[in-house]
Amino acid sequence: MNTMNPAVTSEADMPEETIAPVDEDKPAETLVEEGKTVGDPFSENPKFKLRNVEVFYGQDRAIKNISLDIGRNEVIAFIGPSGCGKSTFLRCLNRMNDSIDICRVKGQLSIDDHDIYDPKRDVVELRARVGMVFQKPNPFPKSIYDNVAYGPRIHGLANRKSDLDEIVENSLRKAGLWDEVKDRLDAVATGMSGGQQQRLCIARAIAVSPEVILMDEPCSALDPIATAKVEELISEMSESYTIVIVTHSMQQAARVSHRTAYFHLGHLVEVNETTKVFTAPEHELTESYITGRFG
Amino acid sequence: MQTANLLPLVLVLAVVAYGLAYMRSRAVAAPLGGIRNLKALPFYYATRAALWCAIPALLVLAAWAGFEGKVIQGIVIASLPQDVWPESPGEASLILSQISNVAAGKLNPDFVPDYIVGAASVLETMDNQSANFKAALVLLVAVSGAAFAWTRVAPHINARLNVETTLRRIFFVCAALAVLTTAGIVFSVILETIRFFGRVPISDFLFSTSWSPQTALRADQVGSEGAFGVIPLFTGTLLISAIALLVAVPVGLLSAIYLSEYASKRVRSTAKPVLEMLAGIPTVVYGFFAALTVAPFIRDLAEMVGLEASSQSALAAGLVMGIMIVPFVSSLSDDVINAVPQAMRDGSLALGATQSETMKKVIFPAALPGIIGGILLAASRAIGETMIVVMAAGLAANLTANPLESVTTVTVQIATLLVGDQEFDSAKTLSAFALGMLLFIVTLLLNVVALKIVRKYREQYD
Repeated sequence: MNTMNPAVTSEADMPEETIAPVDEDKPAETLVEEGKTVGDPFSENPKFKLRNVEVFYGQDRAIKNISLDIGRNEVIAFIGPSGCGKSTFLRCLNRMNDSIDICRVKGQLSIDDHDIYDPKRDVVELRARVGMVFQKPNPFPKSIYDNVAYGPRIHGLANRKSDLDEIVENSLRKAGLWDEVKDRLDAVATGMSGGQQQRLCIARAIAVSPEVILMDEPCSALDPIATAKVEELISEMSESYTIVIVTHSMQQAARVSHRTAYFHLGHLVEVNETTKVFTAPEHELTESYITGRFG
Repeated sequence: MQTANLLPLVLVLAVVAYGLAYMRSRAVAAPLGGIRNLKALPFYYATRAALWCAIPALLVLAAWAGFEGKVIQGIVIASLPQDVWPESPGEASLILSQISNVAAGKLNPDFVPDYIVGAASVLETMDNQSANFKAALVLLVAVSGAAFAWTRVAPHINARLNVETTLRRIFFVCAALAVLTTAGIVFSVILETIRFFGRVPISDFLFSTSWSPQTALRADQVGSEGAFGVIPLFTGTLLISAIALLVAVPVGLLSAIYLSEYASKRVRSTAKPVLEMLAGIPTVVYGFFAALTVAPFIRDLAEMVGLEASSQSALAAGLVMGIMIVPFVSSLSDDVINAVPQAMRDGSLALGATQSETMKKVIFPAALPGIIGGILLAASRAIGETMIVVMAAGLAANLTANPLESVTTVTVQIATLLVGDQEFDSAKTLSAFALGMLLFIVTLLLNVVALKIVRKYREQYD
């Protein structure tokens, strides 16, 4: 079973001195026990309660029996090597996996004690509460104003034009974009810089006043200055929103998050306070990852 | 030797030149230490030799074939005794056809004057000589071209640049051919149209409301005055095309949306080819379907609700034509809708938009240019369609907006005007060119307007 696993083979290919503290005769897979997560995956006041979550793509099991709580108004970072399932897991939280035909989700997932995958549940209402920002900025090819007003319009959040103007202005202000674009709200959004586009996408998500914002590697397509602005924004937003952020940058996870979850090959290996994860990781896989031995 | 034999021969020579130059370039390269010391790969030296061999030879061949007929005719005519020299081009062509018929053995030499028989033998010798000279010249040019290229296989000469330049010119000539053909067609249609307007005033043509294209053989003939007003034809065309588009655009667009956004992969992979098959059915088949099934059905239906309908109606033709052009709209729209990036859908869905809201507000505006393109293609098919209209809507040029009556279209009239034996100097036949010209202008304007609309409303994703 392990022979098919890319992470394992790549590790075996590594030169002698960079091999992880993991013993050569003991591949990474055997170090994780399914469903056993070290650290503290549960929280006293959870926004999301996720129990025994499994995700299948056709026959492949991409998420293997993960249980986790995500606290109210906390920023939690998902880290782990590519293909470890952190984005897949994130997309379960607002059912974005629904649009993939072969994807099936098992387990109990609830937000404020309401089942997310209840067949009778209105996914529109769920997504209005759980906003999302994607890896690559994806503004609509409309004006800046229309981009931000898109969500409020489809949810009927504004009765008058002036209400809508106010929502747009507030969202852009919160996203730190207002001063840059207030004179050209009619300009096409795709003409902005990558960093501005990503902040516009954040403003667009904020405009529907969600309770949770999911961010899937929001800075991976941005330059360092734009990244710094988005990170600052995340810190500010953490006062009013629950934020789940997937990131490849461990510095970013360390800077913005309260808790960090380390994923490996579909397992949730370790969850702890961010400072603890980065200073004294409990699991040896976490340690090898954050010290850059693989990933 | 015949041109038909020369052509393959030149190509064979070109292949030989290719092979020889290829071998020579390797031979040249060998003492230098391999082909890396050549300025270009052996392939380029070889291709250049082949091009040098084929292109000048083919040009000579084309030029010779183009001019030999005229030159030989001139010589043959000049060989006739002075007293039978033709006085007009018509007479000349008559004599020439007699001569060539005798030469080809189709006409018994006993039935024609002696001077024709003499000229026929002149023609025969000239033809033979011309063919021999042509073959010799073409082969000479081909061989010397190849020989020249052979001498230029040298390590310091960059054949790659020559080949690239030549290929670029060949591509340009191909593109220019298409453009020139279009220009030629337009030009010839314009000339004939001007001739037509010499006989029928342009104001009559554009503004008169009756169409009855005939010209008198005798002055006292009944109904000798033709009427050439295009208005009934254009209203007929517009009526039928509008009905067709009213069917095709909603059906095509909605089925494209279903196929691209809602249907499962399995449904899509079978439904799309089946839908596209509609475009492959010959229009004649649609025509009798319209004439034998749809038109009577519409007439009966109209009678049932107490309306008067003729057995050939614009509605029948339009409906069937609409079905025919559904795939133009649906297939193209489906492709452009699929080309809208998934990120746009995700962005919209993640904000809590439903699938139909996403479609309406994000995907449709982004796909608009392609969708309009599909509709335009469908519209030009509808405007240009002839067979269905002939069979289902009739030939009567009624000026009406009632879809239950029989109407006719511009293309149908062009077809009927030119069917059978016609003289090409009467107003009746010339009017076909004027109709064609007008149709061309109308479709062109339609395209320009649609392009402007698209440019104004499209939302461009990168």
